[in-house]
Amino acid sequence: MINKSVLILAGLASGPVLGGVISGFDRILTARFQSRIGPPLLQPFYDVIKLLGKEKVVVNVWQAFCVNAYLTAASIATALFFLRSDLLLILFIQAVGAVFLVVGAFSSTSPYSQAGAHRELLQMLCYEPLLILISVGIYFQTGSFKIESVDAMNQPLLLKLPFLFVVLSFVLTIKLRKSPFDLSTSHHAHQELVKGLLTDYSGPLLALTEIAHWYETVLLLGFCSLFWTTNPIGALLLVGITYLGEIWIDNVSARMNWRWMLGYGWGMGMALSLVNLVWLYAR
Amino acid sequence: MFKKIMTKARMQSPWMLHFDCGSCNGCDIEVLACLTPVYDVERFGIINTGNPMHADIFLVTGTVNHRNQKVLRNLYDQIPDPKVVVAIGACGLTGGIFREAWNVIGGVDKVIPVDVYVPGCPAKPEAIIDGVVLGLEKFRGKAETAESISANDFEEEAPCREK
Repeated sequence: MINKSVLILAGLASGPVLGGVISGFDRILTARFQSRIGPPLLQPFYDVIKLLGKEKVVVNVWQAFCVNAYLTAASIATALFFLRSDLLLILFIQAVGAVFLVVGAFSSTSPYSQAGAHRELLQMLCYEPLLILISVGIYFQTGSFKIESVDAMNQPLLLKLPFLFVVLSFVLTIKLRKSPFDLSTSHHAHQELVKGLLTDYSGPLLALTEIAHWYETVLLLGFCSLFWTTNPIGALLLVGITYLGEIWIDNVSARMNWRWMLGYGWGMGMALSLVNLVWLYAR
Repeated sequence: MFKKIMTKARMQSPWMLHFDCGSCNGCDIEVLACLTPVYDVERFGIINTGNPMHADIFLVTGTVNHRNQKVLRNLYDQIPDPKVVVAIGACGLTGGIFREAWNVIGGVDKVIPVDVYVPGCPAKPEAIIDGVVLGLEKFRGKAETAESISANDFEEEAPCREK
């Protein structure tokens, strides 16, 4: 029981702490890739604290409710991941949070917010089936949707599900809001629609969406680590290399349009998943 | 303690909104030059947000005329408190060479309260960064004591002067 509450606390703390540090590393590395020096490591924390202290401007009550629902869902999903719970449950809770973020953006009349929300829906349409397919692959291999059963494996999942890992890194690019899939909202002000989805979130509400995004980052990187559970160093290396790859892709590619994302995501993603699943089944 | 952390966070994370209020683009090019690898203002946590709802620092270039004063005031009103306004360039300060044109109202401070003035035609990127840093000092004043900081706190040769 005590063990479980410690895990829940670790899960709840991981977003604001680990997520922020990861985001800080991300910003420094991105700056170095662009031959800049970049902000200090703690920059994301400064940003969030500053935002929490800004004047609260709420476009409408529904929006404020949606932000809180998004943060709650993201933190619950991360805590459940730390509890090594059911993969499908975690994915559904995470999806509910993402939907609330979109609904919040839809509740404002700003055209930027609306366009961003539409694109976010398309992104979800693209990555949610892929995440489910990855879980199905894990189920085929371990015989259960529980993360505990992944931990019990004596061989890294990556060796059995290599194509599904590629699909996961694809999903990661969308979820971390990296180019070429930063359609709905982006970290860099060189796009045709910069903040999109987040346009009308401001001050403390924006800070909450940022913290929720950190939770999602931790959750998805945790998802990555499931592919190498036999050895903590191996898991760390796998997650580190994947994340470096994401930052690299972010810096070398331009934003693509949603048709390209859907076509490539569904075409490539589903084909790779299918090949991997058929291979698992036929073996 | 809490106030100290908040002030530090505010000083470390000024997100800027840049508005061209009828400038010749000279100052705008210099503002954007600050974001390039040569000057790299992200070192100080400065991000170009392009969205008034997210901004802390309002950089305005160019003269104000009867048409765009509404836009200027609207943008200013949309920025949540606390905020700092930096007027950039000869035109932003006084109207510059356009000050006697029939449609020109004058400098930015004719419409919204300005905290820092950065002169120049165009203003140098170094001067703009100095102006923003000066604006951040006013953040400290606003956040802690609400007193304005005396201009003596800064070096004489600093290219920015305070109102």
